[in-house]
Amino acid sequence: MRLARRSFISKTASVTGLGLLPGVAFAADSPRRGGTLSAIIQPEPVVLTAAINTAAPTGVVSGSIFDGLVDYDAALQPVPALAQSWETSADGRTITFHLRPGVLWHDGQPFTSADVKWTLENVWKTIHPRNQATFGKVETVLTPDDHTVILHLSAPSLAILSSLNSNGAQILPRHLYEGTDVLNNPYNNKPIGTGPFVFKEWNRGNYIVLERNPHYWDEGKPYLDRVIFKVIPDAAARSAALETGEAHYAVLSPVPLKDAARLAKLPSLRVTTTGYEWVSPWLFFDFNVTRPGLDNPKIRQALAHAVDKNAIAKIVWFGFGEPAISPVPSSLRAFHDSTVPRYDFDPKKAAALLDEAGLKPRADGNRLSLFIDYIPYGDDFKRTAEYLKQAFKRVGVEATVRSQDTAAYTKRVYGDRDFDIAITWFAAFADPQIGVTRAYSSASIGKNIPWTNGSGYNNPKVDQIISDVQGEADQAKRIEAFKSFQQIVMSDLPTLPLLEMKFFNVEAAALRHPPAFGDQVYGSLRDFWLDISSDPK
Amino acid sequence: MASLHYWARRLIQIIFVVLGIAVINFFLLHLAPGDAASVLAGEAGAASPDYMAALRAQFGLDQPLYIQFARYIGNILTFNLGFSFRQGLPVLDLILQRLPATLLLMGTSIGFAFLGGSALGVLAARRVGRGADIVISTVALLFYATPLFWIGIVLVVVFSVWLDWLPVGGMSSIESGYGGIAYALDVARHLVLPAVTLGLFYLAAYTRLMRASVLSVMSRDFIRSARARGVDERRLMRRHVVPNALLPVVTMLGVQIGSILGGAVLVETVFAWPGLGRLAFEALFQRDLNLLLGILLCSSIIVVLVNLGVDLLYSVLDPRIELN
Repeated sequence: MRLARRSFISKTASVTGLGLLPGVAFAADSPRRGGTLSAIIQPEPVVLTAAINTAAPTGVVSGSIFDGLVDYDAALQPVPALAQSWETSADGRTITFHLRPGVLWHDGQPFTSADVKWTLENVWKTIHPRNQATFGKVETVLTPDDHTVILHLSAPSLAILSSLNSNGAQILPRHLYEGTDVLNNPYNNKPIGTGPFVFKEWNRGNYIVLERNPHYWDEGKPYLDRVIFKVIPDAAARSAALETGEAHYAVLSPVPLKDAARLAKLPSLRVTTTGYEWVSPWLFFDFNVTRPGLDNPKIRQALAHAVDKNAIAKIVWFGFGEPAISPVPSSLRAFHDSTVPRYDFDPKKAAALLDEAGLKPRADGNRLSLFIDYIPYGDDFKRTAEYLKQAFKRVGVEATVRSQDTAAYTKRVYGDRDFDIAITWFAAFADPQIGVTRAYSSASIGKNIPWTNGSGYNNPKVDQIISDVQGEADQAKRIEAFKSFQQIVMSDLPTLPLLEMKFFNVEAAALRHPPAFGDQVYGSLRDFWLDISSDPK
Repeated sequence: MASLHYWARRLIQIIFVVLGIAVINFFLLHLAPGDAASVLAGEAGAASPDYMAALRAQFGLDQPLYIQFARYIGNILTFNLGFSFRQGLPVLDLILQRLPATLLLMGTSIGFAFLGGSALGVLAARRVGRGADIVISTVALLFYATPLFWIGIVLVVVFSVWLDWLPVGGMSSIESGYGGIAYALDVARHLVLPAVTLGLFYLAAYTRLMRASVLSVMSRDFIRSARARGVDERRLMRRHVVPNALLPVVTMLGVQIGSILGGAVLVETVFAWPGLGRLAFEALFQRDLNLLLGILLCSSIIVVLVNLGVDLLYSVLDPRIELN
């Protein structure tokens, strides 16, 4: 059946030229309603509610079921969604949101300011893994009417405005959650949102089905009738499913990097890297600064000179990344400091610095032996570790690459602190306060809290800056503080930023959508539509 | 009376074996570094002390190990497999959701391997040293030596990507919304590649075993005397050779049903088949110990029961073997 259709289309195309078929040019201009989008989700989400679980797969599915107060455009500026407008008082201590009227939860109940207040007080401030620092300064939440929310803060918190989308601050329906054990609420697995798609079915290990929300507030949207997220655990099978047209849409670098280049050449597919600006992932490694040898900043700087970030970007990551000079990625344009100390690739200088630091080669040619651990999120991280091993070898440092699963890795780095060099990645998010400073704050050292300070770096000056930026109302002053933060940590060098990573999507050519939002990967599919006349199937 | 005594003894044996496995599993799995809360926080890409504490309390991980153990044993003795906090569902529900897919895949591939392997083995033995035997033995050796996942990927590339005859993976075409017979046919189409992939290794093993076994039976005295009595070749095979030759194959079958869950992990992953093997594999990496212990307990019960079944089958195939 499928074979017949495919050969029919290719024959038609070869006779008339696909672009000349009537209807194709027409369809390209105006969104077409209907159709089922087959998307790939991997790994399978744990729950479908991003408010209680910020893992990437949960965010991808949840983003179409829930709306945020705002979305973020490619320049990371907020765009109205459930909040139609908002204002911040001059002292930064009061933030007022005006909510969109007439919005309904999928079960028909009205969405009101009470939902926002309840979720802020009971989820964002208490159990949300990322938002406690962001919303912790909110003292009271007032709801003078159903469509107004007023936050009173003990101190200004500008980062709030960077974390208001459906992933950063997902609003839960109060009427289904109030008085329940939030983490064990059954609606976490069959969510009721306000978004463009309604949760329909989750067949575990197999697929998740969402259907069009006929009462969606953004009239005329969504265009698609159904979205099916298929769980496909094997990378080669994901490539095959995209290639045969069994799947139209896959996010978060769904296929091995070397396959991406091949798939991009197929006329039926495209590979894009937009929609990740809000995430702004950066790849880096932590030095364990309490290990003899690595406790010396000179030695850390020397090792940094031994690393060719261009080679990592081009060879190890197949071009899906740019060399990083600072822990604040350049996509956070306002905060990024391009004048930080740089450590250009220079093995001779690295060797000289090691000599200077007193690490002379021993009889066997080695100066130092150490272990490299890497986060086991795929071959690319392992290859990064192998590259570092070679790079260090060139300057007389013998490294052994060590493998383990995720649970063992986070315990080793963040709990036991039994490592020398540990490779991982963080999402920086739109404000460095949310995703960057956590790697440097001394408060979390050795407490077995993943994705915090792995290096063991403890600098009171840096701690002071980190606490100052949280309560500063003047954005210009915050930016200055973040810049001096970058200068300090890049000369002390407890961690070495390697790449600004570029995640990619593989999309069917027939899948159409306007330019992606800056948080599209965790956003909704309300603007997506299928141009069936050029469907490769 | 002897039979009753036999069954009572077997039952007590089974209970002790299963309980022993459960206790060993519990402590073995708790040796793994990290816990479910740190995995969840790891996946979340962010964590705070309050979040970790809330997760540990939710999972019961804040309790001392002996209390966790007492709870676990108490649950087992009351036939309760516990709750998977990670998935938010009772372990039994999760297992029952996945069990049909796994039974279908295992049943089909074992049936394919057992029937195909026995037939090919008999054929090779009857043509021993000639063309058919050489071809069958070589191909069997090839499949015996090739890794499962590699066969799976090659089959996908050939039959799904190049020829476009069969689907890449999954268990059904969700988009089409089939029902009834159309649905059954759709599932069957999805079943072909994973069942063949999982079955080929065992097919090869049974072929080689059956060939050797038939050859050894054929050289026995009672076959010669049957031939001397004038029993025709076909009846000789069916009545005298195959039943005797099957015994070692049945033994192998019993051993392999126990280990097939391991092979199913790979095949279910490559073909996105929503079965138990994958569930167990993922539970291990997620440190979802309640779920993993539940799956291991169920599979240990299956293994014990299959062993019992094999013992029964012996006495059917060869009435000289007595139960005890």
